[in-house]
Amino acid sequence: MGSVSLEGVSKSFGAIKVIHGADLDIQDGEFVVFVGPSGCGKSTLLRMIAGLESISHGSLRIGDRLVTDVEPGDRGISMVFQSYALYPHMDVTENLSFGLRMNGNKAADTSERVRGAASVLQLDSLLARLPKQLSGGQRQRVAIGRSIVRKPQVFLFDEPLSNLDAELRVQMRVEIARLHHELGATMIYVTHDQTEAMTLADRIVVLRAGHIEQVGTPLALYTDPDNQFVAGFIGSPRMNFLTGEARGHVDGRQAVVLSGQGDAVVEVALSQPLPSGTPVSLGLRPEHAQVGSPGPGTFTTTIDVVEYLGATSYLYSGTTTKEPLIVARQGVHTDRAGDQVVVGVPPDKAILFAADGTRLR
Amino acid sequence: MKSRSRTVLLRSLALHAVIVPLALLWLLPIWMMIVFASMEDSAIFSAEVQLWPGDRFIENFHELQAELDFVRTIVVSVVVAVIYTAASVVLTSMAGWALARYRFHGRGLVVSIILGTMTLPYFVVVIPQFIMVARDFGLSNTWIALIVPPLFNSLGVLFMRQAFTMMPADLFDAARIDGVSEWQIFRHVALPLARPMLAALSIILFLHSWNNYLWPLLISNDRSMMTAPVALGSLFGLLDVSWGGVMVGSVLLTAPMLVVFIFMQRFFMAGITAGAVK
Repeated sequence: MGSVSLEGVSKSFGAIKVIHGADLDIQDGEFVVFVGPSGCGKSTLLRMIAGLESISHGSLRIGDRLVTDVEPGDRGISMVFQSYALYPHMDVTENLSFGLRMNGNKAADTSERVRGAASVLQLDSLLARLPKQLSGGQRQRVAIGRSIVRKPQVFLFDEPLSNLDAELRVQMRVEIARLHHELGATMIYVTHDQTEAMTLADRIVVLRAGHIEQVGTPLALYTDPDNQFVAGFIGSPRMNFLTGEARGHVDGRQAVVLSGQGDAVVEVALSQPLPSGTPVSLGLRPEHAQVGSPGPGTFTTTIDVVEYLGATSYLYSGTTTKEPLIVARQGVHTDRAGDQVVVGVPPDKAILFAADGTRLR
Repeated sequence: MKSRSRTVLLRSLALHAVIVPLALLWLLPIWMMIVFASMEDSAIFSAEVQLWPGDRFIENFHELQAELDFVRTIVVSVVVAVIYTAASVVLTSMAGWALARYRFHGRGLVVSIILGTMTLPYFVVVIPQFIMVARDFGLSNTWIALIVPPLFNSLGVLFMRQAFTMMPADLFDAARIDGVSEWQIFRHVALPLARPMLAALSIILFLHSWNNYLWPLLISNDRSMMTAPVALGSLFGLLDVSWGGVMVGSVLLTAPMLVVFIFMQRFFMAGITAGAVK
């Protein structure tokens, strides 16, 4: 069983606490991605699961075993590093078999496992090469192969594709997804790349400053974030946040005046009415903002920059203000910087956040 | 383009005009040592300066051998230097590894103390060391006395600590996750990667032992346990010294080191400059 269970796991370096009581259950065979900004503790949490960092408080189970104080090599895990961490003085075969050889594994079984991993990762023709004679993608495949030969219960990946160029990253992403499908093993993956997180994960864990902010499927985090941080972090380009004030509440809909956008009024579904004048933040994804003609719930803005991506264009306005706005337009358009556009806010797509960033439902 | 290559040529000529005389000046004593080693004493001290070797090298060597049993002293020097170098490389690399890669209480203090010992003049250490080894342990004129006391080498420890610190930590973490023991990581990952540094350190340590004069002079006054530099030095107090023989001894002491350095300078430079640039 490759389930992983963290209960109240904390990590302190001296007086500095970097992970604050993390609770998380990962099912056997699940692909879980840790995301968060730099310094949020995602790599530290992964290294704690690996046993490379000690756990200050709390407990960690892999399968049915309590492994909080177990050595990394005895946890039934393997890890792929961002730097590949291949032994430069060993050829590919030696790199793949090193751990098994050192642990006294039988030579026949070792070479069988190496052949198997090489075949899965198409490394057969590279077995006699040194790491310096391999490309970045080949090196990363060897690093993954080194994980496979261990037959671990859980695979850990620490930003494995960050050192690769864009094209290779896409290739390797597909390869990792294929591996997950083939091996059916539990995988925990750390990245700061939105696309990797959204495309690979069964569930995403969003971290901020050592706290788990939300755990959920990629679509759940995208469509139903628990707070403003998660809403802003998941999605590219990021969600727009428009400042406003609560007004009247009628028939389960809260009227919000967008003070930064010409006092446009948007009526957003909300179960609990807010006192009039309560400051709120209205979240709107760029692709949900609609360019159209003036009417209720619309405002006019001037385009600062336009990015044409072919099928989509991104219109940026208010880039020098505290409230920049990004609008995604599907199809081919001829919008130019300096043009004025009317932007509509579809009430059923808008999400309300309180001033402290918590979600208002 | 033409003027640029001309400038480069002129600059090169000017540089060589300085470098070549300096190199010759440095080589002159070595050359004169070879010249004197092949001359009679009367020719060495004659007013007429000779710059070309004579034909008395073998005779001078025989005189030296008769006086000192010089071959035996060379053997003693080689045995001491080889064992000292091997043992010191093992010990200093293990200490350097521990100080570079393990977090423990007092690590900074240990490094500071080791660094501090480098600031102590050797003469401050050598007297208590001599009293301890010769008087308290009674080890004068033994292999242990010649080899063991200088073994712990702060320069070597700091040199190897630096070498291991520069290596990416992910390599060792990857091995730990593979279930490889700490000793195996040291032996199979760290040491092979430190090969250039180990080669450089070996040359430094071998030279240190080969040229060591004061400690062997104090601790081994028995002819059978004399190292070559001490044996040669013992001739200087005598009335009837064969200076040609002394020069032969000097040639025999210097030549192996030059050969070692010439053949291993690639490793030496790689080790010394490792990590200087990315």
